[in-house]
Amino acid sequence: MARAAARGTGRLAWPITAIAVVAVAVLVLPLVALVVRAPWADLPTLLASSSVLEALVLSFTTAVLATAICLVLGVPLALLVAHAESWSAIPRRLLRAAVTVPLVLPPVVGGIALLVLLGRRGLIGQWLDELFGITIPFTTGAVVIAQVFVALPFLVFAVEGALRSSDRRTELAAATLGASRWQVFRHVTLPLVAPGVAAGGVLCFTRALGEFGATITFAGSLPGTTRTLPIASYLAMQTDPDEAVALALLLLAVSVLVLLTLRDRWLPGATA
Amino acid sequence: MSVDPRAPDAAGGRPGDDGRAADPAGRSDAGRPGLRVDIALSYGATRIAAAFDVRPGHPLAIIGPNGAGKSSLLAAIAGLVPLDAGEISIGRRRVDALPSERRRVGMVFQDYVLFPHLTVRDNVAFAARMRGSRAAAREAARPWLERYDLVTLADRLPSELSGGQRQRAALARALAAEPDVLLLDEPMSALDVEVRAEMRDELATHVRDFGGATVLVTHSPADAARLADAVLVLEGGRVTQRGTLEAIRAAPATPYVRRLLAASDD
Repeated sequence: MARAAARGTGRLAWPITAIAVVAVAVLVLPLVALVVRAPWADLPTLLASSSVLEALVLSFTTAVLATAICLVLGVPLALLVAHAESWSAIPRRLLRAAVTVPLVLPPVVGGIALLVLLGRRGLIGQWLDELFGITIPFTTGAVVIAQVFVALPFLVFAVEGALRSSDRRTELAAATLGASRWQVFRHVTLPLVAPGVAAGGVLCFTRALGEFGATITFAGSLPGTTRTLPIASYLAMQTDPDEAVALALLLLAVSVLVLLTLRDRWLPGATA
Repeated sequence: MSVDPRAPDAAGGRPGDDGRAADPAGRSDAGRPGLRVDIALSYGATRIAAAFDVRPGHPLAIIGPNGAGKSSLLAAIAGLVPLDAGEISIGRRRVDALPSERRRVGMVFQDYVLFPHLTVRDNVAFAARMRGSRAAAREAARPWLERYDLVTLADRLPSELSGGQRQRAALARALAAEPDVLLLDEPMSALDVEVRAEMRDELATHVRDFGGATVLVTHSPADAARLADAVLVLEGGRVTQRGTLEAIRAAPATPYVRRLLAASDD
């Protein structure tokens, strides 16, 4: 508190304030433009068009599905990453790198990589095609896979952060009280990291909802099947800028809603 | 405070209990197993080796400077850290190969480590919850909450308790699991100095009522004097002296013991 007060009363040099104001403008002005130039009068018609609704439903369905998959895969992975703290340096760093890569990788690269793995001539894809007749690329399943690929790290790091800040000795205490490893996870670890899981899930959902690069590369842009909101918005820009702006506004609204949900309740930085 | 929390559980609790006395009041040695420890383990660079027996109803205090390996020794008995070698037996049960959850060793951690997401009631009910439904566990916890004067605090979270209340809750939680052995890691260190003497007396009563083999770790001769019958001094992972506090006071074996006993306590 004392530190915050000191920071509040301290005075910034004017060039710093000036640059910071410019920075805020960089962040906010594009969004302001979006709101100002939005075709408000036509908005209901634009958003009610069948192609928009189609994209909207597809986006929400795939993002929810991707988030669910991320939750199932990501919580155990976060536990493993936390557990890896006791491993030797090389495997520990390799594991951490594997989780971090999708965060720093251009999504298009992720899309190409998925295509090379799961495409009809891909490393695994050719077997799926030959043995089971399963083709993944350019399906709704491919949209979900692409979203999981880019969103999973968000969940893992949110949960891992919660694990780090929780007192792991509670797990030892539970063991002395007769809890099996599974019971320790179910009754102690999971409830303790629940806020991290929730925050990670919401971040995952937002990331999945906004996914563009990996999706268009791996799943393409088939209306009703793989054309999600961001892709529809991008394509609309070529033909009907008003529709593009309307779609962008919709995505912005969802983001703002998520931000409000997360506000100091779940975001790790806000409470720590 | 006259309710014996073990009575209802002995009557309606787990059938076919592993050969312990049906009368659980346990103020005598009969029916409660002793603890036999002869182990070696490593904590960082410190090699710890110790051998001792603890009879039920005759608590042992392990005393020693910081970093002597006291807490690691307790954790090893509880099965929370691996042994390099040795044996741990409770009565006729060899437990050193068993996982922590099957040793029947209760532990009160240094700053109690209550489950922060559970109320006092659910903390105390935790062991029973691992064996049955939530409702049954809460029912089983009731006599323990009464016994440890926690009824009015039952719906609070640990963060809403004072240090002394946390200690009581941690003790109730550990003993509600009906362990054969009770381990107390620096039970007084998280308490304010003003309440220590009072809490020490209270703890002594509870330890006596438990009646089983009890080991406590402390760096305070006052704790050892009030809570334990025998003392074991651990320095740098080695046992340097053992006996009653009086015997040790009469002939301190090392400079540490001499300084410790000369210093005013608490």
